[in-house]
Amino acid sequence: MSERETDAPTGVETTGHEWDGIKELDNPLPRWWLWIWAACVVFAVGYWVAMPAWPGAHGYTRGLLRASDRVAVTDSLKVLDAQRGASARALRTASLEEIERDPKLSAYAQQVGQSVFGDNCATCHGIGGTGGKGYPNLRDDVWLWGGRLEDIQDTITHGVRTGRPGARLSQMPAFGRDEMLPPATIDDLTEYVVKLSGRPADAAAAARAAPVFAEQCASCHGVAGLGDQTIGAPNLTDRDWLYGPGRADIRGQIYAGNGGVMPTWSGRLSPETLKALAVYVHANAGQ
Amino acid sequence: MPTLIDNTRPPMPPNSKGKAQARAAVSAAARAKGRGDARGGLYKPREPIYPKLVHGRWRTIKWALLIATLAIYYVTPWIRWARPGDLPRQAVLVDFTGRRFYFFDIQLWPQEVYIFTGLMIMGALALFLVTALFGRLWCGYTCPQTVWTDLYIVVERLFEGDRNARMRLDGQPLSLDKAWRKSGKHLTWLAIAFGTGGAWIFYFHDAPTLIRTFWTGQAPLTAYVSCALLTATTYGFAGWMREQVCTYMCPWPRIQGAMLDEHSLQVTYLRDRGEPRGAHKKNRDWAGRGDCIDCKQCVVVCPMGIDIRDGSQLECINCGLCVDACDEILGKLGRPIGLIAYDTDAAVARRARGQAAVYKPVRARTLYYALALVLVSGLTLWGLLARPKVDLHVIRDRNPIFVRMHDGAVRDGYTLKISNRTFFDQRFVIAFDGVAGVRLGRPGGAADPGVVLAPADQVVSVRVFVTAPADAALAASTPVRFVIASGAARAEAKTVFLSGAENPQ
Repeated sequence: MSERETDAPTGVETTGHEWDGIKELDNPLPRWWLWIWAACVVFAVGYWVAMPAWPGAHGYTRGLLRASDRVAVTDSLKVLDAQRGASARALRTASLEEIERDPKLSAYAQQVGQSVFGDNCATCHGIGGTGGKGYPNLRDDVWLWGGRLEDIQDTITHGVRTGRPGARLSQMPAFGRDEMLPPATIDDLTEYVVKLSGRPADAAAAARAAPVFAEQCASCHGVAGLGDQTIGAPNLTDRDWLYGPGRADIRGQIYAGNGGVMPTWSGRLSPETLKALAVYVHANAGQ
Repeated sequence: MPTLIDNTRPPMPPNSKGKAQARAAVSAAARAKGRGDARGGLYKPREPIYPKLVHGRWRTIKWALLIATLAIYYVTPWIRWARPGDLPRQAVLVDFTGRRFYFFDIQLWPQEVYIFTGLMIMGALALFLVTALFGRLWCGYTCPQTVWTDLYIVVERLFEGDRNARMRLDGQPLSLDKAWRKSGKHLTWLAIAFGTGGAWIFYFHDAPTLIRTFWTGQAPLTAYVSCALLTATTYGFAGWMREQVCTYMCPWPRIQGAMLDEHSLQVTYLRDRGEPRGAHKKNRDWAGRGDCIDCKQCVVVCPMGIDIRDGSQLECINCGLCVDACDEILGKLGRPIGLIAYDTDAAVARRARGQAAVYKPVRARTLYYALALVLVSGLTLWGLLARPKVDLHVIRDRNPIFVRMHDGAVRDGYTLKISNRTFFDQRFVIAFDGVAGVRLGRPGGAADPGVVLAPADQVVSVRVFVTAPADAALAASTPVRFVIASGAARAEAKTVFLSGAENPQ
């Protein structure tokens, strides 16, 4: 061992390290620091024993306290379920009308419904539920498949055109694309539909299209064009147009016969959530 | 013309016998100041102060105020007050869980916290005014620190005797006698401190309930924590720290110092009458010397440990105990009392020049403070009396901003927040004003959409749909208002009805 140098002013030995003439004094660690360090070591040993700590070949050491975040989460969820219990149970047993009529239950259902709507439905229908081109507006009083509570619940539960059993299904023919009608007739039919909704239209063209409408369209939309909610046929006489109100929009729809798909939500959402959602949609829709 | 009076240095006695006498006259605070930094430490050691018991006019007033303020503090939460329904029956209650403040017949909601702002400004201005007129009366008579310290000194005197006995006891080695006196004092102090913290929490919960649940361990955690905190601060501040709280911790001495001027009445040593001071021997003639016989009674009774003869000082709390002490001695000497008195620096200076004393309570600053106080008090009182019992706020739906129905009718959605601050249930009729022919609706199609039941003392939130007919010929935005009415109670709120008219479908 080499001789250690003592720093004259402080009387403390140096470590022997030197950087550009600056030497480091070999002062001991502060006592408080040392004690905290020792306490940490003691704590760490205790922690290994009490808590899950060391990985092993088959899992890990579980610790004496058997602490587990997974169990904690499960327990918290159970507590949450218990807290929600009364209202959630009421949602399960009460009918839709009863839920909507009871002020407390209705408020609860609407809270649940709003949150679920935001997570699942707002993607297409919009956060305010007003939809868009091809996505129905849920806030107005126009319904393709019926606007009563049960109708809404049924539509949400089974979906539209999903191919699953019970799903709503309707198919508007693509009169143009499938060459069922010549383009000139489609033009005439467009005028007829515009006239149906009470707007100024080419009377001659509409007259030419009248027999075509009776033959091709009236079976679903009705002779007067009032539609039929049991088969999802839209009312053509009102001012609501799922694919747009303009002549080009209407012509395009006769040509291509678009129909959207709405997912089947049963199986993804619990029955009481579906009920809450139906109540929420119904309560906020036009009456 | 302001007069600058430097009384901070006592004049050396004319027949200066040197250091010994000068040192003897110096107060505890002055000695502590001198000793500061003696051993290279950053802090001055505390000079123990042993205030002597004194009797007199100001002490009597202080006893009366001590009893009155403590009685108010301890008794207030136990006053019962009749209120309708399930409302608390406690006269004064800060109900954090229920978000209400009750003060006898006044009930405040969190929204009305501005009343407290007004009260606090009033309190500050009243302090300014009183201080400018009469000095630090608040500090000397009614500050909790002063009141509780006074109470603690009573206990101290009970166990350890008066000043001299206490000084002797502190000088003695530990004995059985000293031990029981000291521990008895501290236990009583702790009991008072616990009582103080205990009384505090009754302001925040129903007192008769809390006094039971507190001992059964079912009281809220905040009650135990608050009680422990106030017990600790009371015991520490009134038992151990005393005048140090005023001198070092409290901002008031500094702020109040700025309110004072030479015309403020404060405890003053009338140096014009007292100087030159000197020891008195029986039957000695008073000619050629002042009335101060340098008995230091004013120093030994001072709870702040200062010598008032040094003039107005930061430490002085204006309590007047030295006035009583001096008057007692003067009475024995057969001299007129009032050598130390509530007086002004300006009066002392004028008398020292041989002029008659002049008092000016009406000065620019007292006028300003009084005016500001009247103004703020008026505003606060008006705010309290004129606050509405019923309040309405309307929040427009932002998404969707409007909905168009199958026939072209337009529907807007609003959330109405109705605050019913009365103590009884109210049935409000909602009216919508601004668009003709509208129909009101509620989510789910309530049978009576224009009527809301607002329970007593609560806020109800109701969604209201307003549908304007297709032929209403609306502008894109129409100013409208909601009016709710229930008998004489009425409130309204402005908003707009948006129709999307400039964005035709």
